[in-house]
Amino acid sequence: MSNANWEVVIGLEVHCQLMTKTKIFSGAATAYGAEPNTQADTVTLGFPGVLPVLNHDALQMAVKFGLAVDAQVAERSVFARKHYFYPDLPKGYQISQYELPIVANGHLDIELADGSTKRIGITRAHMEEDAGKSVHDAYAGQSGIDLNRAGTPLLEIVSEPDIRSSAEAVSYLKKLHQLVVYLGICDGNMQEGSFRCDCNVSVRPRGQKEFGTRTETKNVNSFRYVEKAIEYEIERQIEVIESGGKIVQETRLFNPDTGETRSMRSKENANDYRYFPDPDLLPVVVTAADVARVRSTMPELPEAKRNRFVEQYGLPKYDATVLTGEAALADYYEAVVSTSGGDPKTCANWVITDLLGALNKLGKEIGDSPVTAPMLAGLVARIADKTISGKIAKDVFEAMLAGEGDADTIIKAKGLVQITDESAIIKAIEDVMAKNPGQLAEYRAGKDKLFGFFVGQAMKATQGKANPDALNRLLKEKLAP
Amino acid sequence: MHTLSIKQLGEALRARKFSSRELTQHYLKRIETLDPQLNSYITVTADQALAAADAADARLARGEGGPLTGIPLGQKDIFCTTGVRTSCASRMLDRFISPYDATIVKKLQAEAGMPMLGKLNMDEFAMGSSNETSWYGPVKNPWDVTRVPGGSSGGSVAAVAAGLAPVATATDTGGSIRQPAALTNLTGIKPTYGRVSRYGMIAFASSLDQAGVVARSAEDAAQVLQAMSGFDPLDSTSMDRPVDDLVAPLGRSIQGLRVGLPREYFADGLDAGVRACIDGAIGELKKLGATFTELSLPNSPLSVPTYYVVAPAEASSNLARFDGVRYGHRSAQAKNLEELYEKSRGEGFGPEVQRRIMIGTYVLSHGYYDAYYLQAQKVRRLIYDDFRRAFEQVDVILGPTATDVAFKLGAKTDDPVSMYLNDIYTIAANLAGIPAMSLPCGFKDGLPVGMQLMGNFFDEAKLLNVAHQYQQVTGWHTQSPKGFE
Repeated sequence: MSNANWEVVIGLEVHCQLMTKTKIFSGAATAYGAEPNTQADTVTLGFPGVLPVLNHDALQMAVKFGLAVDAQVAERSVFARKHYFYPDLPKGYQISQYELPIVANGHLDIELADGSTKRIGITRAHMEEDAGKSVHDAYAGQSGIDLNRAGTPLLEIVSEPDIRSSAEAVSYLKKLHQLVVYLGICDGNMQEGSFRCDCNVSVRPRGQKEFGTRTETKNVNSFRYVEKAIEYEIERQIEVIESGGKIVQETRLFNPDTGETRSMRSKENANDYRYFPDPDLLPVVVTAADVARVRSTMPELPEAKRNRFVEQYGLPKYDATVLTGEAALADYYEAVVSTSGGDPKTCANWVITDLLGALNKLGKEIGDSPVTAPMLAGLVARIADKTISGKIAKDVFEAMLAGEGDADTIIKAKGLVQITDESAIIKAIEDVMAKNPGQLAEYRAGKDKLFGFFVGQAMKATQGKANPDALNRLLKEKLAP
Repeated sequence: MHTLSIKQLGEALRARKFSSRELTQHYLKRIETLDPQLNSYITVTADQALAAADAADARLARGEGGPLTGIPLGQKDIFCTTGVRTSCASRMLDRFISPYDATIVKKLQAEAGMPMLGKLNMDEFAMGSSNETSWYGPVKNPWDVTRVPGGSSGGSVAAVAAGLAPVATATDTGGSIRQPAALTNLTGIKPTYGRVSRYGMIAFASSLDQAGVVARSAEDAAQVLQAMSGFDPLDSTSMDRPVDDLVAPLGRSIQGLRVGLPREYFADGLDAGVRACIDGAIGELKKLGATFTELSLPNSPLSVPTYYVVAPAEASSNLARFDGVRYGHRSAQAKNLEELYEKSRGEGFGPEVQRRIMIGTYVLSHGYYDAYYLQAQKVRRLIYDDFRRAFEQVDVILGPTATDVAFKLGAKTDDPVSMYLNDIYTIAANLAGIPAMSLPCGFKDGLPVGMQLMGNFFDEAKLLNVAHQYQQVTGWHTQSPKGFE
């Protein structure tokens, strides 16, 4: 059998670090990258006698997410203890929501390659605390424990097994990533582990109703790795089954260096987590009024923003999609449009082609762009009021990127103001005609192609500053026999 | 000085009849001479006590401070105290020095100005009813040093009964304040769950644990409980409601008070001598105008089995943090991670603690959870409903605190079930979360007998008022053990 005879079934569990200032159950800071154990207070360290108190901001963020995916926000949700022994788990249990999560029954619509959309169910999303980190390479023969991350709030978002390919998985993940960043509840930094994914993958013969046995590949932390890990798992599972073997339900790890997954532990060796409701925390109660309050703080979501960009600015869907890919980029664009007085499509071209192109080369995010929105708006304004031509504007943009100041400063310093004085342009044209009698004769004899030659020469004579429209018009008049 | 009440001590201190330093020194001296017979203190903190006494004297000299300022106390070694060993009577925490203070330590010491004499012995992690499971050895009952003082707050009661502290903190998960108070002729109260902060009190069973006080009278207990109580933002289960005045209502008449006598608490198993003392107390209360009704708490027989599912389940989880990684005992023998856990915990925990961790782990395990833990939670609800119904008819419920007087050291150590049955009358109040107290009501063969009063949620003032009125017409609570007068 070939792969075409198999159907792939994928469900994803995403751990998303919530951007609270302090931990989910204590006042310790959550900032990334601090000296080991400097952000571990007595609660984080699980000292005898300490008690957890829920961080209200984490709850607000979870509710925000629930509203964004059109889910049910539970009026009453419960924290449970999940027990296992590991040195980076200070209390011997993780506080997590188990039977009664804060968010249930939501969905996210993704776009497929053929342009159609597909709805992916979100089974649940629940709050929990992150564990610390074990450091195995810092001390010879010993392991270090860094508990800075322990107690960082996480939202675990569990999808339905609605995903049918690695491409759909990546599309879902990108959409989810965009959403949580838009909502301002997660910084989305995958390298730092703020957004990481467990992939549940199984295959079944096409047409079969029952799911095949699944494996779970843990902690995959980039879109590309997710794609690779899933592809590897699909191939591996089909190969095992086709050669007469059976898939074992197990947890696997992805190795980015080899692109392979390997078994970590099978279900038989799985921990018995002994979940039970945490008696130190009361059930979390969210009233209709609480939900309404959170709803009033919801930002415009990516889809709504894209549709508005198409309507309000008359942009093609592609442009609108790119510009609304990130809230910061959309804000940048809107700032340029509203202050430059330029045409929205021209502004979109500048942002998409010139700005994003440049940022991509520099490896910078929109937030650290050397050309700020007011600077780009200043440039577009000078094109709109015909101070400079679109061509000169490219040079000004390069100069702005190089840190030479804003558009007006550069235009002034380099004397780039467009020549609109027709007598000056006519003088330049006449000079060119006088210097090139041969070409003039040929043109007049019917060699129309030479018009471009004269445009180039006249532009050169004006150091590119001649207004192109005026130059074209005057050149036509003068060259006419 | 050690026979004066809290109120008298406060008045004498404010009148500068003696200083807090003198009073504290007096107790330290008594501890030094008398405690070797009892083993009630794990750690005596003489230097800190005297420094705190001096600070209290300074406050008093400025005309500042409250009714408790300058009066020393003993702290059960389950409460975290900065810079002082907090052992929970376990080898696991033998060298543990807390970097922070429990909320009640802040309230009683820093705010109320009570110097701490030391940390009091207890059953290991509060698991026991005889104070024989302590890593630091058993505590003896000052009324008969061959007998147990009860547990788990055995050090607290022995110290107060013997005049080695005017008052002491204690904790009660299934009777650990009331049973030892009964066995040593003291007044001990476990308030409503959520009334006193659990922050900094080392957890045994979180949904049952509640801090309280053991004292020589209801009046003494009322003053200290008042200072301990109140909402704490650091404890999510603490109640955000104002603290009632517990002292002012003590003088109220109890004419017309409706008292319920639960049939199940007077059934087989109650010693006849104890019964006689309780009957005597009922007679006294009738004279004070109380009326009595027999009632039923039908689910009472399920209290002990329910408790021995819920409490070990929570304990097995709460004690998971003692793993030898960050603090506490770490085995020197471990060769790998698994051994680090096994040996550190195997060496650090005593047999009773290990037994409860195993029971708790079992009842929470996959496949057993529904049959045990979930079922126990349902029964717990039924027990709560029994009390809810009862308090529709009566103001307080009265019964024995323990089935018998103090037993001999070692008498029950090989029979855990008979040991667990010590708490047969006290456990239900913890399961329901209601306040309950024990107070002296007579002697059998020279050993104290206690009676228990249980009240509705947040009715601490009512319980203390009944106890105080009773103590105005009886003298049982004024008796002191021989050799410790």
